[in-house]
Amino acid sequence: MNIKRNFFKRLGTLALAGFAAVSLACSGQQMGGSNGTTSSSGTIKVAGTGSTFVKPMMDKWGSEFGKLNPNIQIDYSGTGSGAGIKGIQNRTVDFGGSDAAMSDDEMKQTTGGEIVHLPVVLGAVVLTYNLPDVKEPLKLTPELISDIYLGKIRKWNDPKLKAENANLNLPDSDITPVFRADGSGTSDIITDYLSKTVPEWKEKVGRTKNPQLPQGIGIGAKGNEGVMGQVKNTPNTIGYVELTFAKANNLPAAQIKNKAGNFVTADSSTVSKAAAAFTDKMADDLRFEITNADGPEAYPISGTVFMLVYKDQQDAVKGKALVDFLWWAINDGEKFVVDLHYAPLPDTLVQKVDAKLLSITSGGKPLRQ
Amino acid sequence: MAQSSTLGDKVYRTILFAAATSILLIVAAVFYMMVQSSIPTLQRFGIGFLWASEWNPSQELFGALPFIYGTVVSSILALLIAVPISLGIAIFLVEQAPKKIAKPIAFMIELLAAIPSVVYGLWGIFVLAPFIRTYLGPVLQDNLGFLPFFQGRLTGIGMLTGGIILAIMITPIITAVVRDVLEAVPNTQREAALALGATKWETTMIVLGNAASGIAGAVVLGLGRAVGETMAVTMVIGNSPQITASLFEPAYTIASVLAANFADATDELYLSALIEMALVLFLVTVVINGLAKLLIMSVAGRANASKHT
Repeated sequence: MNIKRNFFKRLGTLALAGFAAVSLACSGQQMGGSNGTTSSSGTIKVAGTGSTFVKPMMDKWGSEFGKLNPNIQIDYSGTGSGAGIKGIQNRTVDFGGSDAAMSDDEMKQTTGGEIVHLPVVLGAVVLTYNLPDVKEPLKLTPELISDIYLGKIRKWNDPKLKAENANLNLPDSDITPVFRADGSGTSDIITDYLSKTVPEWKEKVGRTKNPQLPQGIGIGAKGNEGVMGQVKNTPNTIGYVELTFAKANNLPAAQIKNKAGNFVTADSSTVSKAAAAFTDKMADDLRFEITNADGPEAYPISGTVFMLVYKDQQDAVKGKALVDFLWWAINDGEKFVVDLHYAPLPDTLVQKVDAKLLSITSGGKPLRQ
Repeated sequence: MAQSSTLGDKVYRTILFAAATSILLIVAAVFYMMVQSSIPTLQRFGIGFLWASEWNPSQELFGALPFIYGTVVSSILALLIAVPISLGIAIFLVEQAPKKIAKPIAFMIELLAAIPSVVYGLWGIFVLAPFIRTYLGPVLQDNLGFLPFFQGRLTGIGMLTGGIILAIMITPIITAVVRDVLEAVPNTQREAALALGATKWETTMIVLGNAASGIAGAVVLGLGRAVGETMAVTMVIGNSPQITASLFEPAYTIASVLAANFADATDELYLSALIEMALVLFLVTVVINGLAKLLIMSVAGRANASKHT
């Protein structure tokens, strides 16, 4: 009896210790991405974190840039745009990635002074769905997307859906919308678009990284990969993801009705056209969005990915590596963009970003002339 | 026992004492840190945080109830499934199975306990969810569809899937501990019972009775893991903060909401709400452990009393 009781006491203590360790790990303010350091072997490590939307692009750019500059290692972890903003605010990383520009409030809560927004690539948020018997692309209007995510359209063969998709054999089954459970720039882009186009959406949900849908409407998943996984494995679902993720999983993307009234397929050219419509009216700090663009061929749910970098870099060596990398990415790395189903920045925008990169300094000295 | 006063013994005792107190310090530090960081929501929402059911970070509405509900219901569901199965396995291994069979089965159970939870999650998405959607769900709906638990849309992702995944994850732990407990019951008890003419079933009942406190401990250990399990549950439970009777509908647990949102909670109040949620989870665990201790003490007390009469 005694031995047994001791055994449980020990087990209990162990369990408590384990729990304590886990909670300690959870409650720490630090995040995954560690601060890049210059290691003894001479490799310069630059670390970034944030948007999962741009993760495949950053991986490709990082490895290609690494081939040209073997002494520089770019590490980017996909943790979500919110985490990218938090990471750069707290300086747990050298740069952050976000699909949404930082708000004025967020810009004030930084530990290293002024942050520069550097758009690096454009992308599309697509509505992907799992309807095994539907072969032709689904056509959606902003009103239909809003109705589906607000639970007003609950069946795939709803008359409103059929009205736009008379050619499709839509099943008599319940629609299960999949949304992002984590704070997400992808959510920000699509809710921004829906807020601009559907008054009811603006009033009930609004533009947010954390959209809250009416109770019981759908399934939440973490990250673009999570949404992808649920849509891929659950029939009759619909979810929103970055175009690359849908392409990589051979899932369809709906055509969306744009401002000009045309149904447009998301691809590099239609996204670039959306950005082109905005280049004249862009703010000087380059915080902008390109949803619901004018133009007959513009894909309306397009977004920009920003790299968030301190204007004054603490470490001149790492700062120089970072600026060189970003310069290379937007000027020479463009050829990898289309392969991954993103869209390159329009030339006028590239010039503006180049100017921003030249303005980044360390100890008052520009890092690149 | 002779008092030893050598320096070596003193150092030895001090080290052991330091090791033991470190646990207390860690618990205190964790508790302090969580309370400290959740002050903004504690001040703003007070105790009402616990039963507010609205959760909308973009409008600064934070209510913990749907998450507490999801955590409690999924864990209870897991226990309902896992406890009978684990008891069956453990009794079979100790009381019935020949050594040749018992050894490999015991090995497999320990193997199950070592599988990382993300693997369970993937298995949940790829195997369990489709199974529930196409086989188990329709059967339940056809036969028990009049119960509110089995109504609603069947996607395979939801409370039931979360509960079953948890049950599979805690079965090895409960089984392993119950097996150890049963093995600790002296063989003389079995021999005495059999000698008095008891059947195998009656003998097992006597053994179980004497091992009750240990079994209760095993169940609590399982519950502890179920309450705190994160990854696998996040992948299959649907992550939608709602309270419904239907087990087919998505739900959300405290551990899952922390895992999904902690990294990107930029807003101070949001972060504070998440940490307060962690605090709630911590307190729930403390309460569970406390209840278990009481249970074990009462069972043990009764067992001792009956021995003396």
